[in-house]
Amino acid sequence: MSHILSPLDIKLLRDLWRIRGQAAAIMFVIAAGLALYVMSDGMLGSLKETRRAYYERQQFADAFAPVKRAPNYLLEDIQNLPGVARAEGRVVGGAIIDLPDVSQPITSQVLSAPEHGRASLNLLHIVTGRTVDITRADEIVLLEPFARAHGLNPGDSILVTLHGAQRRLDIVGLALSPEFVYAINPGDFAPDDSRVSVFWMGREAIGKAFDLDGAFNQVILEFAKDASEPAILDALDRILAPYGATGAYGRDEQISNKYLMEEMDQLSKMAVILPPIFLAVAVFLLNIVLTRMIQTEREQIGLLKAFGYSNVEVGWHYAKFVLAISLGGAALGCLGGMALGRMIAGVYQQFYKFPFLIFAAHASTFVISIAVTSAAALLGVTFAVRQAATLSPAVAMRPPAPPDYSKTAKVFRAIERYVDQPSRIVLRGLVRRPVRAAVTCLGIGAAMALAVMMRFNQDAIEYMMDVNFDVMDRSDVSVTFIEPQSDAVILELKRIDGVYAVEPQRNTPVMMRHGLAEHLGSITGTLPEPTLNRAVDTDLRSIYVRSDGVILSEPLMEKLQLAPGDLVTFEVREGRRPTIDLPVAGVANTMIGLPAYFEIGALNRALGDGPLVSSAYMQIDANKRDEIYRKLKDMPTIAGVAMQKESRDAFQKMIDEGPGTFRYIFTLFSVLIAVGVVYNSARIALAERRRDLASLRVLGFTRGEAAFILLGELAVLTVLALPIGGSLGYLMSSYIAKAFSTELYQIPVVLSWNSYGIATITVLVSAAVSGLLVQRDVNKLDLVRALKTRE
Amino acid sequence: MRRRIAVSETASPVGSVFKAEGVTKVYGTGRAAVHALRGVSLDIPEGDLVVLLGPSGSGKSTFLNIVGGLDRATEGRVLFRDTDLTALSDARLTDYRRRHVGFVFQFYNLIPSLTAEENVELVTEIAEDPMTPAEALDLVGLAKRRTHFPAELSGGEQQRVAIARAVAKRPTVLFCDEPTGALDSQTGVEVLKVLRDVNQTLGASVLLITHAAATAAMADQVIRFSDGQVASVEHNETKVDPSQISW
Repeated sequence: MSHILSPLDIKLLRDLWRIRGQAAAIMFVIAAGLALYVMSDGMLGSLKETRRAYYERQQFADAFAPVKRAPNYLLEDIQNLPGVARAEGRVVGGAIIDLPDVSQPITSQVLSAPEHGRASLNLLHIVTGRTVDITRADEIVLLEPFARAHGLNPGDSILVTLHGAQRRLDIVGLALSPEFVYAINPGDFAPDDSRVSVFWMGREAIGKAFDLDGAFNQVILEFAKDASEPAILDALDRILAPYGATGAYGRDEQISNKYLMEEMDQLSKMAVILPPIFLAVAVFLLNIVLTRMIQTEREQIGLLKAFGYSNVEVGWHYAKFVLAISLGGAALGCLGGMALGRMIAGVYQQFYKFPFLIFAAHASTFVISIAVTSAAALLGVTFAVRQAATLSPAVAMRPPAPPDYSKTAKVFRAIERYVDQPSRIVLRGLVRRPVRAAVTCLGIGAAMALAVMMRFNQDAIEYMMDVNFDVMDRSDVSVTFIEPQSDAVILELKRIDGVYAVEPQRNTPVMMRHGLAEHLGSITGTLPEPTLNRAVDTDLRSIYVRSDGVILSEPLMEKLQLAPGDLVTFEVREGRRPTIDLPVAGVANTMIGLPAYFEIGALNRALGDGPLVSSAYMQIDANKRDEIYRKLKDMPTIAGVAMQKESRDAFQKMIDEGPGTFRYIFTLFSVLIAVGVVYNSARIALAERRRDLASLRVLGFTRGEAAFILLGELAVLTVLALPIGGSLGYLMSSYIAKAFSTELYQIPVVLSWNSYGIATITVLVSAAVSGLLVQRDVNKLDLVRALKTRE
Repeated sequence: MRRRIAVSETASPVGSVFKAEGVTKVYGTGRAAVHALRGVSLDIPEGDLVVLLGPSGSGKSTFLNIVGGLDRATEGRVLFRDTDLTALSDARLTDYRRRHVGFVFQFYNLIPSLTAEENVELVTEIAEDPMTPAEALDLVGLAKRRTHFPAELSGGEQQRVAIARAVAKRPTVLFCDEPTGALDSQTGVEVLKVLRDVNQTLGASVLLITHAAATAAMADQVIRFSDGQVASVEHNETKVDPSQISW
């Protein structure tokens, strides 16, 4: 035995065993932080690698340029542009699918199928069946998740309205596509497999259906190496402008890819924001535990040195103690991170449709985890270890002088007049070690902040749902038209039995410019005072939409660096393509996208159009829903129908399945921090005060009274930590809202009192449980022994 | 208000403050069992100053801890006046210490975060009819040092504060385990004088453990312990003033 482990190592193991409760608490705090890191960093790596491989294999295009109708011969010009490796013209359109068991019409995208024989871009990943036979006009390949959601398989056929004409099409294969990794309906918060449909059909058949024989309405490109994306996009816009181009965009504006990139961005932020908080708390705990240990082992240290152990050997002994705990925590964290990663990979697969997605943390993730943890832990205890190492043996073997409290009496003099002696002991304990008290308070505060942040997630989501679905969009159904229609269509919709109200909107694609800033988006023309889908200000009051200026959403103002009153240039990418300068007349609050509002009549006049509408919002009688849906399915001008309730349900489902699960894990983490800090602090306080407490017990103080002195200090710090942690939680929530808000959706900073309440209860209960654990030790205090030992 | 308990308040007519009957204390079990006390029977008169002598491990501290309510006997009975201490619950033992007992230890055991006066107040706050902290400190000659913290006091001064703290509640008995053990002879004598004064002016019984056999000269009664048993009990006809003692 003695050959394997030196006596010092045996001492180390026994010391670890003796403080196993504390060591475990610290390990768990480290493990929680590292698990988060391993999970987010590993997931990030997995997503990156999967995406890279998938895009490469399926030849995912580098740029996209939609047009209204361009002749095929134009492709040659595009192909010859410098930096373009491959150009392909295709047809993209909208369709409505009528499934027998689904009353509402389902909006679908339809694309010309890439031809696998040729070197095509955006190849399909066929999951079952085969791709379409280009000589057949009635074959389609259907997006696999949608097919699965409705139990559709190759061999089945579906009824589809294509450009106003209804036909029956045969499903020959189910596929995934790099274009639709994250498939979401426009205006939705969350993807919903059962409502997001895409199908592919033969180039010739789709060309005929959309009157695009010998023509295309979208170009997709592959860049050559070292191509300049902006130059190519500009050239594309120039070549395609006469053909109704709405603006070419690169991969980073492609919607599915954009969501994917933003998800990865959030993961990378999560990997660097949260773990350091856990690590900092753990290092602090290690520090107080080690400092205390060295204090009580002064004589042993002196003895070791008297025997001839060097400073380095003594220092290394204590460093090993710290390393043992931090490496234990790191190992636990890596394992936990793997488990969390596997779990989250399952969640991701529900929303991100890759052919495969396997969570695999890279070895470097583990190396970094372990290295950073050990380094942080050692750095955190440098001072304590150095103190132990350099203690002179003579000094070490003398008992330390009683701690000097003579300076603490002044601090609370005003209050102390009114409190009893036990309370004074508590107050002076706080004052004597202000740094430790402050850091303990911060540690508990961190737990509070974390608990608040967890609740923030939920509050923000609830607020987004409420504002979006109850305040901004109060419609039941919205329809978009294939082409802008005469406003007579509004009357037609109003005439449907069961429709209470219909409101028109005109959307037109525009490039907005202000100075050097630009944004490719769209401008929304609405009634001056719409009631179903409206713009609201930050106080959620509706904004009057004007005809002499635009109302822009707040993040759009920021992106374009605008102030109210500034002029914005709108280059319309539709119809006559006019360029309009308009002043900013107001700022709107927004949850999704970056909308810009303008009065519909004024917009139509500016476009040189008559009274046209491109979509309509409707309020309907829920009892007559099915008949109304049937009527809508039969209207040839309608490209898509969106149901508000379904958007809301899909969002709720995503929250429950994705972030919902994580809520519990994070709550557990905040409990771990609170318990870790309070339990350790209480254990240390008990160790330091063992004799004082025993003296008090001997003097006739009851266990409760003795525990008051021990735990009173922590109670004060916990109570102080609540407002500090609450504010910290608010700040962190604001930061996260800002960091995680994107052009696609904006996260509001909302925290209900209810959430502060729940966070407070979480922390208080954790603290109380930790206190009770230590109280047990107070009860077991051996009075006789404690008194006999010299401190 | 704390619950009143059935520890008798008044001196018993027979004049004994403690009666020990066959007290045995065994630590551990089986082979590892250590017999610290092997059937000790003693009678300690009310108001006496009793010195307990004996080598280390002779059982005198164990005896003191049991009659002081810090520890429990394995067998036998200890009567405090009419109350059987061995039958008391933990809470009642705490109450017994709170109301009747004062302790003085070798290492003073002052609370470092409280001043001399506050250390005394710690006890007067929970006692029923205490003297004021000032009176108590005056009694041990430390009136002028009352605002000092333990860290600012010498060993002898700290021990006198500990005595002030122990006597401030006007205890029925004062237990002192090696109160002079950590002090030099001259300071030790000062402490002994204070103990004698407490015994005489307050009428408290004092049980004093010491290694310094010379101290026996100031006692009413000297009990010698040996190997967990009482070796002898002596009564001093004439008591010597502490100033005459040295070791």
